[in-house]
Amino acid sequence: MSAPQQTADGDAILEVRDLNFFYGDFRGLTNVSLDIAKSRVTAFIGPSGCGKSTLLRTFNRMYDLYPGQRAEGQINFHGNNLLDKKQDVNLVRAKIGMVFQKPTPFPMTIYENIAFGVRLYEKMPKSEMDDRVEWALRKAAMWEEAKDKLQQSGLSLSGGQQQRLCIARTIAVKPEIVLLDEPTSALDPISTAKIEELINELKADYTIAIVTHNMQQAARISDFTAFMYLGELIEFGKTDTLFIKPKQKQTEDYITGRFG
Amino acid sequence: MSEVAPPVDLHASQVRKFKIQDMLFHQVTLVFAFIVLAALAGILVSLAIEAMPALKQFGVAFLWTDVWSVPDDEFGALSAIYGTVVTSVIALLIAVPISFGIALFLTETCPVWLRRPLGMAIELLAGVPSIIYGIWGLFVFAPLFAEHVQPHLQTALGDVPVIGGWFAGPPIGIGILTAGIVLSLMVIPFVASVMRDVFETVPAPLKESAYGVGCTTWEVVVNVVLPYTRVGVIGGIMLGLGRALGETMAVTFVIGNANRIVGSLFAPGTSIASTLANEFGEADPGLHISSLFALGLVLFIITFIVLAISRWLIQRGVAKQGK
Repeated sequence: MSAPQQTADGDAILEVRDLNFFYGDFRGLTNVSLDIAKSRVTAFIGPSGCGKSTLLRTFNRMYDLYPGQRAEGQINFHGNNLLDKKQDVNLVRAKIGMVFQKPTPFPMTIYENIAFGVRLYEKMPKSEMDDRVEWALRKAAMWEEAKDKLQQSGLSLSGGQQQRLCIARTIAVKPEIVLLDEPTSALDPISTAKIEELINELKADYTIAIVTHNMQQAARISDFTAFMYLGELIEFGKTDTLFIKPKQKQTEDYITGRFG
Repeated sequence: MSEVAPPVDLHASQVRKFKIQDMLFHQVTLVFAFIVLAALAGILVSLAIEAMPALKQFGVAFLWTDVWSVPDDEFGALSAIYGTVVTSVIALLIAVPISFGIALFLTETCPVWLRRPLGMAIELLAGVPSIIYGIWGLFVFAPLFAEHVQPHLQTALGDVPVIGGWFAGPPIGIGILTAGIVLSLMVIPFVASVMRDVFETVPAPLKESAYGVGCTTWEVVVNVVLPYTRVGVIGGIMLGLGRALGETMAVTFVIGNANRIVGSLFAPGTSIASTLANEFGEADPGLHISSLFALGLVLFIITFIVLAISRWLIQRGVAKQGK
C-alpha cells in the first residue's frame, strides 16, 4: 500500500517518496508516496483531518513558516529534493503557486495584486507589466469584470471574483504547478462552476493539485484522484477507476458516503 | 409553541420592570459617559479662565515670543513649545524604527520560547514610573552620554553643513537631545506593544498567500502586513507621541530647564510640562501663574491637534484603500 504508486500515463513533475510529516510529536502523514502527473489535475479527497491539506502544504514548504512542523522523505521536482534544507523556499514558491480556501486579496489595487508577485522575480517596463496583468486576468476569466476597475482595491470584489483574482495572481508569476486548497468551499455554486471551468482550461499549461471536500468536484475536474485517511494514502489512481471501481474497501465506503 | 402563556398581569408587570431596569441602565451609562465630557470641558474652561490675564496681556504673540522673564513679567511660550516639539520628534525618530523592529521580531521571526518572556519584558518596561527614567537619565545616562557619545558626535557631524549646528556647544550630558533619547526609551514599550498587537491581527492565510508567490519575510511585512495594519500602526505611533508631548518628570530631570532656544541639540532647553513642574510651586499670583496656565492650554491644544492629524491620516488611509 505504501509502495510507490506510479501514475498510468504522462510524466511525473512531482515525485513524492516516503513522505512523513510531523506537527511537533503528532504524525500528520505516514509514508506517503505518489506521482503528480504533468499537465494533469490531481485531486486529493478524504475526511477532515486526513492530511490532504498537510500534504499539499509540503509541496511548497508552506509549513516552514511554523516552528515545530517538519517533513521527512523526498519530494523530487526537476531532480531536486524540495525538502532539502538547502533548497531556496522563495524560489520553490514562485514555481509552485498556491490558492487558499478563503480568498486572500492583498490590501492593494487589483492591478497591484497581480503585478506585485511578478515584480519580485522579473524586471519589466510598465507596458509589458500591463500586458502581463491583462494576460493573467484573461487566463483567470476575470478580465471583462476587472478591466474597468484595475485601480480599485482587490477587497472591493465579490468573494468569487476575489478567488479568481487570487488564481490570476498565482498564474501571473508563471508557476509550473498550482496548488489549490479547497478553493471553492467558501463560494456559491455559480462562482464554484466558474472556478471549475477555469481549472479545466488551466490544466493545458499548468499542473494542478487540488484538495477538495466535494467528491463530485473531484470526479468532475480531476484526471487522478488520491484518497487519504488518517494521514495515509489509501488509494491513488485514475479518477474514473477510483470512483467506479475502487480497489480498497475504505475508498468505497467513503465515496459511497458510508463514513466521512 | 406549546407553552402555556403566563398570566397577563404578571407578564405586564414584568415588562414594566424590565423597562425601568433598561431605562435606569441607559441613564447610568449615559451619566458615566458625560462625566468624561464634563471633565474635559471643565479642564478646558478653567485653563482658559486662569490663562486669560496672560493672554490679554500678550495676545496671540504669546505663542511665538521667545521670552520667559519672571522679574520683568514678560512671558512667551516659544521656547517651551520648541522644546516640547523637538524632544518629542527626536523621541519618535528613535522609537518608531526600534519599536517596528521589536514588533516584527516578536510576531514574525522570534522563536516560540522567547516570545512570551520578551513580550512581558516590554510590557514591564511600560510600567516603570517616569521618575525612575528621570533619575536614571540624570545620574547614569547623561554622564555616560557626555563622556562617550557627545564628543564623537561632535567630531563626526560637527562640520557637516546645516546639521553641524545641532551638535555644537559644550557636551554637558543634559539637554534637548538627552531628553529626546530618554523619552524614546519611555515611548518604545507603548509603540512596540501596540504594533505587535496589530501585526498579530493579520490573518495567517493572507501572509501565507504572500509567501506563496515567493515573498521573503521582509517583502511580506512591507507589502502585506503594513498596509493591512496601517490604521493600528498610526494609532500606536500617535499614542507614543501623546505620551512624549506630555511627559513631565523624566524630561524635567534631563532637559536642563533653560528658557531659551539654542540651535544646538546639546544645549539645555525646556518643555511645556517641565516648565509647569518647575515653576508652579513658587510662582507669584498674577501674570506668572496666568502664563503657566496659558502654557498648559497650549499643550492641551497641541495634543488635540496631534489627535486630529492622526484621525485625518487614518481616514485618508481608509479612503485610499478603495471602497
